[in-house]
Amino acid sequence: MARFSTATPERSRPLPVPTSLELAGQLREKFGDLISEPLEFRGEVTVTVSDAERIAEVCGHAKTALGFDLLLDLSSIDNYGEDPRWTVVYELSGIGHGRHLRLKTHVGEERSQLPTVSGVWRTADWHEREAYDMMGIVFAGHPDLRRILMWEGYPYFPLRKDFPLAGKPTVLPDTAFTQPAPLEGGPFVTLPGGKDSAAREPRVRTPEA
Amino acid sequence: MASQTIEFKDSAARAAQAAQTGGASPGDDLLDLHGDKLVLNMGPSHPSTHGVLRIVIELDGETITKATPDVGYLHRGDEKIAENMTYNQFVPYTDRLDYLAPLANNVAYALAVEKLMGIDTQLPPRCQYLRVVCCELARISAHLLGLGAFAMDIGALTVFLHTFTEREKIYNLCESLTGARLTTSYTRIGGMTRDCPPGWVAAVRKFLDEVVVNFDESETLLTRNRIFVDRTRDVGVISREMAIDYGLTGPNLRGSGVDYDVRKAHPYLVYKDLDFDIPVGSVGDSYDRYLVRMEEMRQSVRIIRQCLDRMPGGPDNAGKEPVNVADGKVVLPPKNKVLTSMEELIHQFMIVTQGVNAPPGEVYFGAENPKGELGFYINSRGGGTPYRLKIRAPSFVNLGILPAVLPGHLMSDVVSILGSFDFVMGECDR
Repeated sequence: MARFSTATPERSRPLPVPTSLELAGQLREKFGDLISEPLEFRGEVTVTVSDAERIAEVCGHAKTALGFDLLLDLSSIDNYGEDPRWTVVYELSGIGHGRHLRLKTHVGEERSQLPTVSGVWRTADWHEREAYDMMGIVFAGHPDLRRILMWEGYPYFPLRKDFPLAGKPTVLPDTAFTQPAPLEGGPFVTLPGGKDSAAREPRVRTPEA
Repeated sequence: MASQTIEFKDSAARAAQAAQTGGASPGDDLLDLHGDKLVLNMGPSHPSTHGVLRIVIELDGETITKATPDVGYLHRGDEKIAENMTYNQFVPYTDRLDYLAPLANNVAYALAVEKLMGIDTQLPPRCQYLRVVCCELARISAHLLGLGAFAMDIGALTVFLHTFTEREKIYNLCESLTGARLTTSYTRIGGMTRDCPPGWVAAVRKFLDEVVVNFDESETLLTRNRIFVDRTRDVGVISREMAIDYGLTGPNLRGSGVDYDVRKAHPYLVYKDLDFDIPVGSVGDSYDRYLVRMEEMRQSVRIIRQCLDRMPGGPDNAGKEPVNVADGKVVLPPKNKVLTSMEELIHQFMIVTQGVNAPPGEVYFGAENPKGELGFYINSRGGGTPYRLKIRAPSFVNLGILPAVLPGHLMSDVVSILGSFDFVMGECDR
């Protein structure tokens, strides 16, 4: 019963495969001035989409017509003190042709919003939630834009450059504990001769306890 | 003794009765039992979540109708931390991403920074072979744990004990290589902290001979085990299109039949010179993902053997092959040179205080790690620290598919599906 096979990497792909640069050129042919001149650095091709409102359209075309079926990553950058403040970076990859393309777009701080691409790649759902959670960039049309790593109700956006590394004090939601955890605070006191092990072991023991 | 007559109606009798009483379907009396849906909280501290994953599950009887994963309980802000330190200082933080394969994380991170600096092609061959050996040892270690814990979660405890015996040997190898069992921090930008110690290559060979026996034993316990097969087969089926759409990578993607492996698709280090196969599944269920991992470990053994045979300088580096880039501005110079030569002293001072100097630019580098593609997107504005470092954590992306996979399964299948996904929350939450 051959349940799995060990495939060899040589896919029967018709040669020549378009390079990333050619694929970026095809994107430019379709969208014209919306797409910037491709930049090449360390063998990677980056194009900038000048109007963030049309990013979903560009991504949809890249997926359906250019074969970029895998969204590897979605990152956000805070260009603090510059205008526009946000940059959103999409790492596109095609499993069929094995090419990589980076799309970038800029979003101003006063708007801080751009369309979601979760309709193009479902994986963008969590990536966009993370970008929203960490930077506070809103993805319009996202099915469920909630915080993902921080908790619901957290008031800050920790990856912004104006958020200090040491963090800011916040109120934790009070659902977890109704009293301090046994090992929270101090001083830790061991009671010799307690009636059971819970009474003997080192715990936070305040004078009134 | 009082006797009692218990009337048992089989389905045919129930159907006959239903026909007599006028068309009511035989299940009608059961419909009253359907009440509200039950919301069950699983985790964040649950044995099968292997860390702190919380899933809010909505149940209709025993069937899941909705699943909402809740991640972030282990969030430490690694990306924020990275912006505030030099490139080499971040290496220990990569140990703590996928803490089951720290060596592979070290290598992936070092390669990302080296790509940014444009020195990834200048790495000495011995360094490249050694790094591949590290990656594959980490893969075996991570898969051994993944399989052991997977089997244990669905009731086969023995496998766990078998695989942990071998993992212990890998930890011993890590210890003699790096000085630490878990927090290896082995790579530096432009090379390694040190070459492998004398006798290490022979120890790895001995380990490989032993571990293949263990693979066979573990496989005997699982692959044709009726209980294991029943719990995993056709459970958590992910189609090829769905897997790509949700961005799955690693064994979870290949289990669905997509032969995408970064080591083949975008070869780094010396992978293009090595001979190995990429196992792919055909159905995309938990059983396929198990089979793929099992075969990947055997392929890793094959890769390591080739690397050890070809490693330049020989096992104990009799040929004095370098393991670091020959650039004093990137790699710390030898201590005796620092104490005697002005130029090396300055380099040492600059690297330690300001970090290696990276050019402005941006790169994405993805490496095939045990859990999937671990990617680093580095945006540099020049200098010794990244302006932005984004970690593409495979576990994070892989878990994003849970809301689509879990509904329709039984509650007990959750454990099987989570086990077959083989995620690590340290990496997911960063």
